[in-house]
Amino acid sequence: MNRYAVWKYLVILIAVLLGSVYTLPNFFGEAPAVQVSPGRASVKVDLGVQAKVEEALKTAGLTVSMLTLENNSLKVRFETTDQQLKAKDAIQRTLNTEADNPSYIVALNLIARTPSWLSSLHAAPMYLGLDLRGGVHFMLQVDMQAALSKKAESLAGDLRTLMREKNIRHGGISRNGQQIDIVFREQASADAAAILLRDQFPDLMTTLTPQGSDMLLNAKLKPEAGRLVQDQALKQNITTLHNRINELGVAEPVIQQQGLDRIVVQLPGVQDTAKAKDILGRTATLEIRMVDESSEARMAETGNGVVPFGAEKYLDRNGQAVVVKKQVMLTGENLTDAQPGFDNQTQEAAVHLTLDAKGARIFKDVTRENVGKRMAILLFEKGKGEVVTAPVIRTEIGGGRVQISGRMTTVEAADTSLLLRAGSLAAPMEIIEERTIGPSLGAENIAKGFDSVTWGFVAVTAFMCVYYMLFGVISSIALAVNLLLLVAVLSMLQATLTLPGMAAMALVLGMAIDANVLINERVREELRNGAAPQTAIHIGYERAWSTILDSNVTTLIAGLALLTFGSGPVRGFAVVHCLGILTSMFSAVFFSRGLVNIWYGRQKRLQTVSIGTVWRPDDLTTKAIERAKVD
Amino acid sequence: MEFFKIKRDIPFMRHALIFNAVSFITFFAAVFFLFSRGLHLSVEFTGGTLMEVSFSQPVALDPVRARIAALGYTDVQVQNFGSARDVLIRMPAAKGSTATEQSERVMATLKETDAQAELKRTEFVGPQVGDELAIDGLKALAFVVVGIMIYLAIRFEWKYAVAGIIANLHDVIIILGFFAYFQWEFSLPVLAAVLAVLGYSVNESVVIFDRVRENFRRFRKMSTVEIIDNAITSTISRTIITHGSTQLMVLSMLLFGGATLHYFALALTIGILFGIYSSVFVAAAIAMWLGIKREDLIKQVKKDDLEEDPNDPNSGAMV
Repeated sequence: MNRYAVWKYLVILIAVLLGSVYTLPNFFGEAPAVQVSPGRASVKVDLGVQAKVEEALKTAGLTVSMLTLENNSLKVRFETTDQQLKAKDAIQRTLNTEADNPSYIVALNLIARTPSWLSSLHAAPMYLGLDLRGGVHFMLQVDMQAALSKKAESLAGDLRTLMREKNIRHGGISRNGQQIDIVFREQASADAAAILLRDQFPDLMTTLTPQGSDMLLNAKLKPEAGRLVQDQALKQNITTLHNRINELGVAEPVIQQQGLDRIVVQLPGVQDTAKAKDILGRTATLEIRMVDESSEARMAETGNGVVPFGAEKYLDRNGQAVVVKKQVMLTGENLTDAQPGFDNQTQEAAVHLTLDAKGARIFKDVTRENVGKRMAILLFEKGKGEVVTAPVIRTEIGGGRVQISGRMTTVEAADTSLLLRAGSLAAPMEIIEERTIGPSLGAENIAKGFDSVTWGFVAVTAFMCVYYMLFGVISSIALAVNLLLLVAVLSMLQATLTLPGMAAMALVLGMAIDANVLINERVREELRNGAAPQTAIHIGYERAWSTILDSNVTTLIAGLALLTFGSGPVRGFAVVHCLGILTSMFSAVFFSRGLVNIWYGRQKRLQTVSIGTVWRPDDLTTKAIERAKVD
Repeated sequence: MEFFKIKRDIPFMRHALIFNAVSFITFFAAVFFLFSRGLHLSVEFTGGTLMEVSFSQPVALDPVRARIAALGYTDVQVQNFGSARDVLIRMPAAKGSTATEQSERVMATLKETDAQAELKRTEFVGPQVGDELAIDGLKALAFVVVGIMIYLAIRFEWKYAVAGIIANLHDVIIILGFFAYFQWEFSLPVLAAVLAVLGYSVNESVVIFDRVRENFRRFRKMSTVEIIDNAITSTISRTIITHGSTQLMVLSMLLFGGATLHYFALALTIGILFGIYSSVFVAAAIAMWLGIKREDLIKQVKKDDLEEDPNDPNSGAMV
């Protein structure tokens, strides 16, 4: 009865084998490395770059221990940190010939020393969380209300243009929060507008209400369209953050969406929080508007009059006032790139802008209608607007390639383009959580977590072996297999290991032994009640199973709750906790039974089982017999 | 080796009333401290800035406090963290200055006293995050409670579900009571520990209930009280050994895990100790008061049972 079919042993063998293979990469440690990644979207890291890097390293006389090219980034591994630093300089000199406008990011990094045969099996060490490796963590909240208001504003502009084209007369279009109000004098034009809106603006919902003698058409974004706007705003912000972080030259940044309106940024290894925050926290948005050229506006600019209706006054970078119209022509959303450069003919410093298709179309219309007039590019940072530049439109500009030039130094051009690029955020963001962990603390935390798991494990196994003899040894081996499988699964999933995760590992080992204690106690009890050894083992395992299942399900419910509602450290804890419970069911029951079967199952006339003292009070024996009668 | 040489079933339920009274007293004490003192919530919940600074030599806390107060920050808490050289500084979010400015200014003053002072860790949490964490924590608690109750109700019966959950919620409240009384810091990992304890100590009740069900099947002549006593007695060695093993692990965390895991391990320790108590003495007793009986679990044999011995259900008791 205590025999396993061959396939069960095979399952055990395969599980242990796979477990060992995927756990193995965690033992090789990390090697210093240099990582080369593209500094601009247009740049590719390919075999050509690899050849250049190899050449540079050869001339510098540096020996490379491994070189990998994947996902558009090149990683070069070295034996010592000294070589790593020298190599970084050498690569930097070769690849980035223009120091102030680098095409490639050359960053120091640590790469796992995993042998290539393991990497080819996709075996990699566990991914260590920031609290174990040191670094910076930010959580940013995207201001979705602002994104929606902005969308409404730009839709109001579109509506205005379209109604003019279709010759629909109205008594004013205004944005009211996230809604657009249009006043009509007569019913006919209101109806025409409603039809136009229905056909051309499927994202808008409209309601028509009479207001005195006038008609008020109220349009607002449909909920699903609103969600789309928010989604796009978030995506755009993530892309922008990627670009900004590239400026920092971090090797493996993590930029992820969290929830509906949050972004988590993790920069492992970065110690200069102030700089990182400065770059991330530039909560800037960009808008292109027309300068109000009316005489009242002129007066207002010099401070001699009120700002006319429908216009606002902003200061430029030199403190000069500029009155601009409230209507937004373009936002940073439509700007894909801004680079400093030179005018082809005059060789003056210039800023080159690239617009997306929609932006290009609008820009063409705007410039055609406003040749000779001034256009202002405004940057809004923390709610305050500033005119970056207010150039005169010389000709109609099509094709989405815009050049701003005139009275600019190269430094100013570089600054302006940086500001414009930084400004291409769809919605403002705010840092709502920030965490910095020094590298020494990370190393300390690893040591502490490791010590806790090791000593706890030693103590538990020592006790089990003494108390349950051979069954204790088997339980201990099962516990070790549990740890092996847990680490293997975590490595396979590339789950992030944090200090709470290591605590969960220790805790789950402490809980997993519960299953073996249950089994061993049950077997002892059966022996105590006078069962034959083989029967006792069989019944012990069978009876204990339903209890083990019940208790693991309840623990799993708690684990799942933590996983669902937890964030940050709690989630790290919960992942390890849940996985540990699952692996423990395999190791503590299936695996340990396998060992017991190998050891005892073959013996036909089994007299004794090494499970420690089976204490039997005399009256209990009789009681057991009497009970057997009752049953 | 055998620690538990128990000759006959221990009549736990005879003293059920006393145990329940003890539970009530500790429970109300815990509730009282929770309301009177409140939990000392960590920065994660309250929002604010936290800095961990390591000095080259042991430092006295008062001068550090004085220096930070001189910067104009109020409500600043300064305490040792792990060793006399490490100091933890907690500041509420200051209006008008960002978290970075705040920590930089503090660091600058501290460097005046000790140039080698090193900023090991900073944490800033905005107020909106804290509220959410508290709500998510409560949601998680509700999820666990409802989930476990449904599971127990399916596997056993509603009376067991109620008994199990009351017993274990009482553990949770007592852990919180300890944190309130000693004003230990209640952080996210502690919350995780509390919920893990909830899932873990329900195990104990499950093991005992499992035995109760088995006994109902096996010993048809025993009374409910005897059945519960027998179930507890025959599982007590397992209960204590498993808890002991888990406690060994937690102890190792307490000893080697450093300051970060300290309160986490502490919460688990209290949870484990009270977990034994509550599942053995509280859960079973409540189940008894709720009137669990054989028929609830084994409906198909009900008829046979009555036919065999309609008048005297206890006639065959052996204890």
